[in-house]
Amino acid sequence: MTESTANELQGTAEAPVRGAKRFWKSLEEVEGGETFEQFLAREYPSQSHVFQDPPQRREFMKLMGASLALAGVTAACTRQPKETIYAYAKNPETTLPGKPMYFATTMPWAAGAIGLVVESHEGRPTKIEGNELHSGSLGATDAMTQATVLGLYDNQRSQTITERGTIKTWNDFAASLKAALGEQSAAQGAGLRILTGAVVSPTLAGQIQQVLAVFPKARWVVWEPVNRDNARRGAMQAFGRDVQVLPDFAKASVVLSLEADFLSGPEGVRNTKAFAKRRKVRGGGVVDMNRLYVAESAPSITGASADHHLPLRSSEIDAFARKVARALGVKNVTGADGADARMDKFAQAVAKDLAAHKGASLVVAGSGQPPHVHALAHAMNAALGNVGKTLVHVAPAEFQPAGHAEGLQQLVQEMNSGAVQLLLVSETNPVYTAPAELDFAGALAKVKLRAHHGLYQDETAMGCDWHVNAAHFLESWSDGRAADGTLSIVQPLILPLYNGKTAHDLFALMLDKGTMSAYDLVREQWQKQLGADGFEAKWRRVLHDGVLANSQGSAIAAELQNLQLPAVAAPSMELTFTPDPSIHDGRFALNGWLQELPKPLTKLTWDNVAQISPATAERLGVKSGDVVELEAGGRKITAPAWIQPGQADDSVQIALGFGRKRAGSFATDLGSNAYALRTTAGAWAVGGLSVRNTGEKHVLASTQGHDRLDVTPEGIPIAARRDDVLRVGTIDRFRQAPDAHYMTAEESARHGEGHGEHETSIYAKHARGEYAWGMVIDLNACTACNACVVACQSENNIPVVGKKEILRGREMHWIRIDRYFDGERERPKIHVQPIPCMQCENAPCETVCPVAATAHGPEGLNEMTYNRCVGTRYCANNCPYKVRRFNFFLYSDYSTESLKLGRNPDVTVRSRGVMEKCTYCVQRINRARLSAHKQNRKVQDGEIVTACQQVCPADAITFGNVDEPTSQVAALKREPHNYGLLAELNTFPRTTFLGKVTNPNPELEPSA
Amino acid sequence: MSQSTHHGDPDALIGPGHTMATLTDKISGIVLTQKHPLQWFAITGIAAIFASLLGLTVLNLFFTGIGVWGPNNPVGWGFDIINFVWWIGIGHAGTLISAILLLLKQEWRTSINRSAEAMTVFAVMCAGMYPLLHTGRPWLAYWLLPIPNTMGMWPQFRSPLIWDVFAVSTYATVSMLFWYVGLIPDFAVLRDKATKKVQKVVYGMLALGWRNAARHWDRYETAYLLLAGMSTPLVLSVHTVVSFDFAAGIIPGWHTTVFPPYFVAGAIFAGFAMVLTLSIPLRIWYGVDDLITDKHLDNMAKVLLATGWIVTYGYAVEAFMCFYSGSTYEEFMLLNRLKGPYWFQYWSLLLTNCLLPQIMWIPKLRRNIWALYFVAMSVNIGMWLERYIIIVVSLHRDFLPSSWGMYAGSRWDWAMFLGTLGFFTTAFMLFVRFLPMISIAEMKALVPHKPGLTTGGRGAAAHH
Repeated sequence: MTESTANELQGTAEAPVRGAKRFWKSLEEVEGGETFEQFLAREYPSQSHVFQDPPQRREFMKLMGASLALAGVTAACTRQPKETIYAYAKNPETTLPGKPMYFATTMPWAAGAIGLVVESHEGRPTKIEGNELHSGSLGATDAMTQATVLGLYDNQRSQTITERGTIKTWNDFAASLKAALGEQSAAQGAGLRILTGAVVSPTLAGQIQQVLAVFPKARWVVWEPVNRDNARRGAMQAFGRDVQVLPDFAKASVVLSLEADFLSGPEGVRNTKAFAKRRKVRGGGVVDMNRLYVAESAPSITGASADHHLPLRSSEIDAFARKVARALGVKNVTGADGADARMDKFAQAVAKDLAAHKGASLVVAGSGQPPHVHALAHAMNAALGNVGKTLVHVAPAEFQPAGHAEGLQQLVQEMNSGAVQLLLVSETNPVYTAPAELDFAGALAKVKLRAHHGLYQDETAMGCDWHVNAAHFLESWSDGRAADGTLSIVQPLILPLYNGKTAHDLFALMLDKGTMSAYDLVREQWQKQLGADGFEAKWRRVLHDGVLANSQGSAIAAELQNLQLPAVAAPSMELTFTPDPSIHDGRFALNGWLQELPKPLTKLTWDNVAQISPATAERLGVKSGDVVELEAGGRKITAPAWIQPGQADDSVQIALGFGRKRAGSFATDLGSNAYALRTTAGAWAVGGLSVRNTGEKHVLASTQGHDRLDVTPEGIPIAARRDDVLRVGTIDRFRQAPDAHYMTAEESARHGEGHGEHETSIYAKHARGEYAWGMVIDLNACTACNACVVACQSENNIPVVGKKEILRGREMHWIRIDRYFDGERERPKIHVQPIPCMQCENAPCETVCPVAATAHGPEGLNEMTYNRCVGTRYCANNCPYKVRRFNFFLYSDYSTESLKLGRNPDVTVRSRGVMEKCTYCVQRINRARLSAHKQNRKVQDGEIVTACQQVCPADAITFGNVDEPTSQVAALKREPHNYGLLAELNTFPRTTFLGKVTNPNPELEPSA
Repeated sequence: MSQSTHHGDPDALIGPGHTMATLTDKISGIVLTQKHPLQWFAITGIAAIFASLLGLTVLNLFFTGIGVWGPNNPVGWGFDIINFVWWIGIGHAGTLISAILLLLKQEWRTSINRSAEAMTVFAVMCAGMYPLLHTGRPWLAYWLLPIPNTMGMWPQFRSPLIWDVFAVSTYATVSMLFWYVGLIPDFAVLRDKATKKVQKVVYGMLALGWRNAARHWDRYETAYLLLAGMSTPLVLSVHTVVSFDFAAGIIPGWHTTVFPPYFVAGAIFAGFAMVLTLSIPLRIWYGVDDLITDKHLDNMAKVLLATGWIVTYGYAVEAFMCFYSGSTYEEFMLLNRLKGPYWFQYWSLLLTNCLLPQIMWIPKLRRNIWALYFVAMSVNIGMWLERYIIIVVSLHRDFLPSSWGMYAGSRWDWAMFLGTLGFFTTAFMLFVRFLPMISIAEMKALVPHKPGLTTGGRGAAAHH
């Protein structure tokens, strides 16, 4: 990295930075020389158990000599010199210690990209926010993106280059690669194969194309286990060409999802932003609320958000889609004749509703559905006239969008035949994720020279000769293309902590451009993009904004071809695969925040399970926690069963990403490896599943034990408290009676707001300060995507406690998302409710604290003074909302140096024996109040954004001054469906909820 | 073993044939002799092992954190506060017997008050340990005390835990004083009877120069009476304040106005059960059934029965109010006790605290040490369960079903509980060994006097 590259770091929220300080992470940076790095890696061996040859004595003396020589240069000789965090001797221009700066960057996210603005404290990225200008983010992010900041500082990341476990240098690798490429150049690269994850970087794609130009017989294969192969082939069937559907849920009044979980995954943020716009009920319900129908085998957060949810086996959705298509008048729909009581009525009603909303409806098919279902969806959208209105067709964001599975299959054949002599694997983990029948690891062993480039010494790294440790995206220069084609820059926030290399470095080496840095390469690419004329100004604008304005791809006009549907497959007991809601395909397995993140609908942590419907479980004699053997296609795995209300009968779902063989200290052998049952043909669902109870038990750690609001497992009725907890009603009823009681049939006076009715208290009322902070959470918008939970964890330095402590009920999340099942267990309605601290005006916690560690602030916050807390836990007992969290042990990691860099310096790291809780991000409030004070003005509405609010893709959370009548939060509190949780306790919660309003189809659910 | 080794008046408070001299010899002999029953060594040995376990658990707690216990998110308190309340409840009988029964001129208290007071002191020690140790940062627990400090911070006086600090520390101080003042004339007896130098010196110092002078007696009686007067409200206040820990809370099952009287009655109930638990074996091993007579047992059984009914009434009122209040949470709280996951504990509570003590209606069983011991142990367990129900079962399912959870004591919880039992037993055994377990001075008042002199307890003596 050169001086100039570091100088290119651009601020967004703050004034642009010129001449920023030069970041350096080791003396090797300053002094140069590979031997020192080698010594360091050996001195701090994170992978010591894979060492093959211990250093010789002479080697040791040599290295010691080098280090001693360096020790003479400066006193510092540790990997993270303490000096760098001392006060600047000479303050770099525009930096003010203690004042964060914000830089725009991009996270490549599977086959897309999400634009970010990252908070940086003295050169250390600490918090990730969305970039409002980026189409994949629109200001919000998802849970996984939030957690990548922990991934950056993960000390289990690969820290060196190795050759079969021995630490080597980049030069060693370069020499080895050169030699192999030299052999290949004679054969025009016939034995060279490049295997990457999805590539969305124009620069990288350009580099790979150049490599392929030099080696014309080489081949580039892309493998992502969670890919759009089905969607691609569906588009080919429908249009004869590959197009990507870009839906706009804000424009759709009626949406049918054919097992498409469009609210989660890499596109989830963008879709949630749009979808939530049509779910928010304001002004007494005078809103054009959309209606969502979801047919799926396992409940997803999309299904939980649906007005009508139809559990069907994944393999039955085909038949259901045909019925809807037939009813909509789509031509050439075969196989829709058989009567099926479960789906006929639903299909008819859906079709009628869709037909009534031509041009304002949307049919989306899930990536797990076979290609012809995607084709059916295309045909339905065409028949409904939705194309160009609620959706457009664009080119896929991914470069090299060929079929992943076919490509990998061919590659394995070539590897087995011995045709491949040199294989470069970058940022993908096929040894773990490849379809089971391919035996990728076996084929890999037949390749002469195998090199792996990635963040971790993972399963694939183990199978390769060389491993090159990759730089994290927060350490890299690159670029990316979002789903809609928007181009953006990946800008480093910090120099590589472990001297990792980017993929650009790797391909530059192959192209003999080893001297060009990733920065040079990206600039070179963007010079083509932006033009040489006035490039510098434009480049700086792109860096500052993070995105190139108006760079989204244009709509493709695709001509629909005649449908040719295969025969409907006879359904059988099936197993479906899904990316895990927390760790996706396994790439985030080493992220403690995500492992401990309760999955939205099961609330399970640290595990994956075989989800089984209540009826099927009863038939199989299986209970939650029983270890079952799943056998399909002659392959077997064992996994703990989990009875999931809303799961389709005879369909078992298991999440990918677990059961890894090489994933650091806590993710190795955690959970069950679903990839072991996954084949090319059965990538998302395999039929003929047999489930056998092994009789063993597995303890599962769920953060929510009870999920009903009507009755306890012992049969004790609790329905009477329902309205105090969760208010749900229909839009029709709400329009008729837009008051707080719209959700109940009987309007009982007991469940009044309570406010103003019994204001008697033996204690004096708290004086009202200059501001009165409050929050409103819209239950109708919330999808339980979990982004707020991780955002809060990142913002507030919340520790990870581990599975054992979760089992003891000691999770630490300051905001949790409660989930309830309502109605029959087979087809329940699913409700979710985020619960941060309610910041009660009459707070039960405050009066019982013996040492005044939790006290009422002048602005209405229940402030928590960690230093004063002695840990009696009385406050937690007396909290009716149970939002307080206690450090039963020393949960915060006080020893891992790298993790300390990622903490928010504005928030105390709590030690053992101290209570903690949500404080509406008081550090953000203080920062805004200070800056307002300096400018001699009041804090403006919207100036303070809490971490949970900022990240929320549904904009479900609103925060502000409730005493200011014109504030957004005050306006929402005036909404008729605003209610306080357990308000009858007279706690006067400052956090209130907008009740949930659904929009059921009267044909399917006659209103009560 | 026969039910009674003495014959004659079944209601006698002292065995026949006792004179001032025999009393002195008998009671001081227990302390001054070298011969102790084998049981003493066995019990003390075992108890000391458990007392060491207490030390180990405390060390582990300090070094690791209270996570070694069972509390969790909905259930923030567990064995720590259960045992605190249980021990402090046990500590109630001492003061009740010493102070209230003294003021009410109940002569039968004299032979049991000393050991009951000792029991109180040791039980309060065990109880007092928990509020300190249960904090997350016990090294800062002194912040609960109103000590002027550079932080300029006082405790938060609205918190019932602060009231606890005052109530318990006052109670501990007064109980100790009361016990010690009562011991002074007996220390003088031991000093005079002692044959060994060490005993003479130690007991001599503890006797504070007591010479049996009339002036001494006069001041002693005044001081004792004053202390009794001071202690009497404490009997009511301590457990009332302890009950505020819960009653001032918002949790269904805690937020109950019946708690203060019901806690006080429960404490006396528990205390008498523990007095019986301790005095029955002592009576056998030391052959003092002529001093702790069947009449004593009979009376204690009656107190047990009476307070048991108050406690039962408390349960009944609690249950009634759950429905009468119309609060769905209160109603659920009761149903959850009856049918929820902790039904076994609740039904066991009703059995041990309400049902089993009813056998005390039968006069014969009130004097049968086996029946008494059985009931006493039943109440010991029942009162522990009562606190378990109040704390764990109320907290584990409160308002939001999402945050419901379960609680179970960990190994360390049990170890610490056994540790305090060991500490208590060790301390009590040492008391039996080194201090007169029955008040010599007071017992003398029960010895039949020459005709013309009043017989009676201390009340009579005060008229001198």
